[in-house]
Amino acid sequence: MRYLPLTDADRSAMLAKIGASSIDDLFVDVPQEARLSGPIEGLPLHASEMAVEKHMRRLSKKNLAAADAPFFLGAGAYRHHVPASVDHIIQRGEFLTAYTPYQPEIAQGTLQMLFEFQSQVARLYGCAVANASMYDGSTACWEAVAMAGRVTRRKRVVLSGALHPHYAEVVRTMAKFTEDEIADALPSLQGAPDNAGLIARIDDDTSCVVVQYPDILGRIPDLAAIAEAAHDKGALLIAVNTEPVALGAIKAPGELGADIVVGEGQAIGVGLQFGGPYLGLFAVRDTKHVRQMPGRLCGETVDAEGKRGFVLTLSTREQHIRREKATSNICTNSGLCALAFSVHMTLLGEEGLRRLAAWNHTLACKAADRLARVPGVRLLNDSFFNEFTLVIDGDAREIVRKLADDGILAGVSLGRLYPAEDALKGGLLVTVTETTTEEDVETLASALQEALA
Amino acid sequence: MNAPNKSGWKPEMTAADDGMHNGPRTVTGNRALMLEEPLIFELAGTDTTGVDLPEIELGPNRLGGMERTAAIGLPGLSEPETVRHYTRLSRQNYAIDLGLFPLGSCTMKHNPRLNEKVARMPGFADVHPLQPVSTVRGALEVINELAFWLIDLTGMHGVAMSPKAGAHGELCGILCIRAALEARGDPREVVLVPESAHGTNPATAAFAGYRVENIPANAEGRVDLEALKARLGPDVAAVMITNPNTCGLFERDMKAISDAVHAAGGFVYCDGANFNAIVGKVRPGDLGVDAMHINLHKTFSTPHGGGGPGSGPVVLSEALSPFGPLPFTARTADGVVHLVEEENAAEFDHTRAFGRMTAFHGQMGMFTRALAYILSHGADGLRQVAEDAVLNANYILRSLDDLLHAPFGEGGPCMHEALFGDRGFGEGLSTLDLAKSLIDEGYHPMTMYFPLVVHGAMLIEPTETESKAGLDQFIAALRSVAERARAGDVSMKQAPYYAPRRRLDETLAARKPVLAWSDPDSA
Repeated sequence: MRYLPLTDADRSAMLAKIGASSIDDLFVDVPQEARLSGPIEGLPLHASEMAVEKHMRRLSKKNLAAADAPFFLGAGAYRHHVPASVDHIIQRGEFLTAYTPYQPEIAQGTLQMLFEFQSQVARLYGCAVANASMYDGSTACWEAVAMAGRVTRRKRVVLSGALHPHYAEVVRTMAKFTEDEIADALPSLQGAPDNAGLIARIDDDTSCVVVQYPDILGRIPDLAAIAEAAHDKGALLIAVNTEPVALGAIKAPGELGADIVVGEGQAIGVGLQFGGPYLGLFAVRDTKHVRQMPGRLCGETVDAEGKRGFVLTLSTREQHIRREKATSNICTNSGLCALAFSVHMTLLGEEGLRRLAAWNHTLACKAADRLARVPGVRLLNDSFFNEFTLVIDGDAREIVRKLADDGILAGVSLGRLYPAEDALKGGLLVTVTETTTEEDVETLASALQEALA
Repeated sequence: MNAPNKSGWKPEMTAADDGMHNGPRTVTGNRALMLEEPLIFELAGTDTTGVDLPEIELGPNRLGGMERTAAIGLPGLSEPETVRHYTRLSRQNYAIDLGLFPLGSCTMKHNPRLNEKVARMPGFADVHPLQPVSTVRGALEVINELAFWLIDLTGMHGVAMSPKAGAHGELCGILCIRAALEARGDPREVVLVPESAHGTNPATAAFAGYRVENIPANAEGRVDLEALKARLGPDVAAVMITNPNTCGLFERDMKAISDAVHAAGGFVYCDGANFNAIVGKVRPGDLGVDAMHINLHKTFSTPHGGGGPGSGPVVLSEALSPFGPLPFTARTADGVVHLVEEENAAEFDHTRAFGRMTAFHGQMGMFTRALAYILSHGADGLRQVAEDAVLNANYILRSLDDLLHAPFGEGGPCMHEALFGDRGFGEGLSTLDLAKSLIDEGYHPMTMYFPLVVHGAMLIEPTETESKAGLDQFIAALRSVAERARAGDVSMKQAPYYAPRRRLDETLAARKPVLAWSDPDSA
């Protein structure tokens, strides 16, 4: 077996050193009746690289890869071009096969990268401090809600109706166990987000208001007005961003008064990967809240010779020190995805991020206008970045399925996200990025026209 | 010192090595291949980009009046500068690819590169989680096939694949237990956790709304069965047990523990962090376990990546499976694999799910790697994995127990990790000093001060992917530092001497936190 270096001669010599007559002597504590007598049933014997690769390739071929189709999906996961050097760097063994940097003297590579990553995220979000990352955007969103509860000592959580429904479902699931009260809502098919309605739901018991920016329909809410209303009631504003490229074009949530900013970092560097692993981003606007944050934090310090170095810090918040009193049970970050994000962001820089964002928005505006000219299709959004909602006469989900059969990945229907809501079934979320060509847009426009005819 | 190879070659330490730090000062601060590297914020301005993008500026737009006009402050570098920056940083890291990484409980084994290759196949890496299911049948098959083998290897009834890491899996398992208890109208209040447990266990139970109580250990490092039985009662929702436990020992009484917990109406949660010691040898389902998370990054060798991403599927007993979260995959008799979500849960007789752990389907990129690992090893290889891991750990235990105190060494063999304490060290020397001295010998230290039940604990897990020659060299290094510790060599208090950094001031970092870069010119 190619991954196992011991030879039979090694094994015999080692057993002799141990003073055991056979390997079974080392499993003596496992009750005899529970021990399997031979290789487990069902699973075939070991296989060559060639055989395994062939099997996996066959499974891979049963999927329609985004690169092989006109592709318009978003709704929390975005397809962008990732420079080749990103994947090269994350495959360096010194990053790929390292552990959590608990021994800082021999982990400065990971630690400095995390410090740079935290600094990049803080700036992108307009915040003072970001952590070393969480599992993904949806779990970061829940952790923000839990943190708001610790800060305000209140139990009522107001969710915007235009928060990603899966994020809302994660929050609802966890809240059942923490006995938080969740005030949620559905999105309504309006050109602008219902800020007034959201603000009216904030009361004196509200711990936090959770608002997606841009929201699930692609609209860009005015966070400043919501922040002001939340702060008036002593509540925190949690802003959720699922498309970080947007923040190269629109104001940072922290600038607009959000207290905690969380989101999904996948769009920069990570790739689609059928939903995971992704990259949860988590930041606070004000340093006064740092000690209530969940997750790992990397900080600057000096070594015994006075040289600058980095360590994981403030770990008295974490489970391995505080056990049942920890701020979270999280015991990892999304390290390699954070590296991918950081490398891609370094390649872009502010200039590149702004150009990328401007290009995405320009292409999206053109595509929205083109698609809105298809008879029976209407553009919903007053505002958007690179994702917008089309409202069509009919069941968008059926159309998406039909177009997929023709090799077109047309977008995410609201019916897929809200299967129980008939009022939303005409909605189709369409995302346009730098990877989308004019030809792709024409293909989608013609296919929609044909499907609606 | 033993040579790392059969030929007997080894580098000689010379007088010049002793005087390494007395050499000339360099202008750069570098020492040959040990290269210092500034932060990207110090290297770069905000007007350079390493990506060719059209020079578009935002003109008239539809951003709702929210244009970002203020500077963001993100530095940019060209591609060659970027590659060099991160390559230089990478060289300041220890890694499995460089050498033995003996962190107990963390399972740092070789990461096969085939697995990296398959995870990058476009049909896995470049598919969106919300594509119509007709276009992702292969991805669903991967999840379903991995789920099938995880169930097979553990002897359980079902598996929740979506948890994103071990602690997330623990949470999933405990939430299944709470949902099952609530469904039978019997909410309970207490979760029992051994003192030697990972910190995630009590943190998870507390999050799920339970009061955490400790279970004592007996003198041989295992759960005290009689004390546990005495504590069981109608208020105990679950017992969380790690098996093999964090002392590196198999809980011989596991079946009796499970039977007692079940008789008292509770559930058994098993922390599967150490499943790699028993995979293919014994099935947790045969020992009465109700839920167990599997760290794919441990047993099935998906890369640790410098701290994640992990992946933590949870196998479930028949009693708990109906409460597992959405979404999941299900294969019907016609061979088609379906995605089961909120809308079609009833068709698949799964209406009691406790909810959703995460937005999408779990760590697909880890599933492909873990599946490739399982198929590569096969039934015979996985069994050999457990046997070699246990053999290597016992070899270390018996090669060192004359020099280092092995608190449970008298009781018999260990499983996949060898546990030592600091008894016998010279005045003022600690486990930390030994660990930092091991860095100078070219090794990552072992897990230290865990489990808490052993003073100055050193938990050493070599894994099965080390050769005998490699183990022999590690043992020689460890014997040397252990002898120095016993002899009271106070120079160890300043170790490491040869690492890119000497000991770092962690107190300063926590007292005056600097958690993001700020421009000294603007401060």
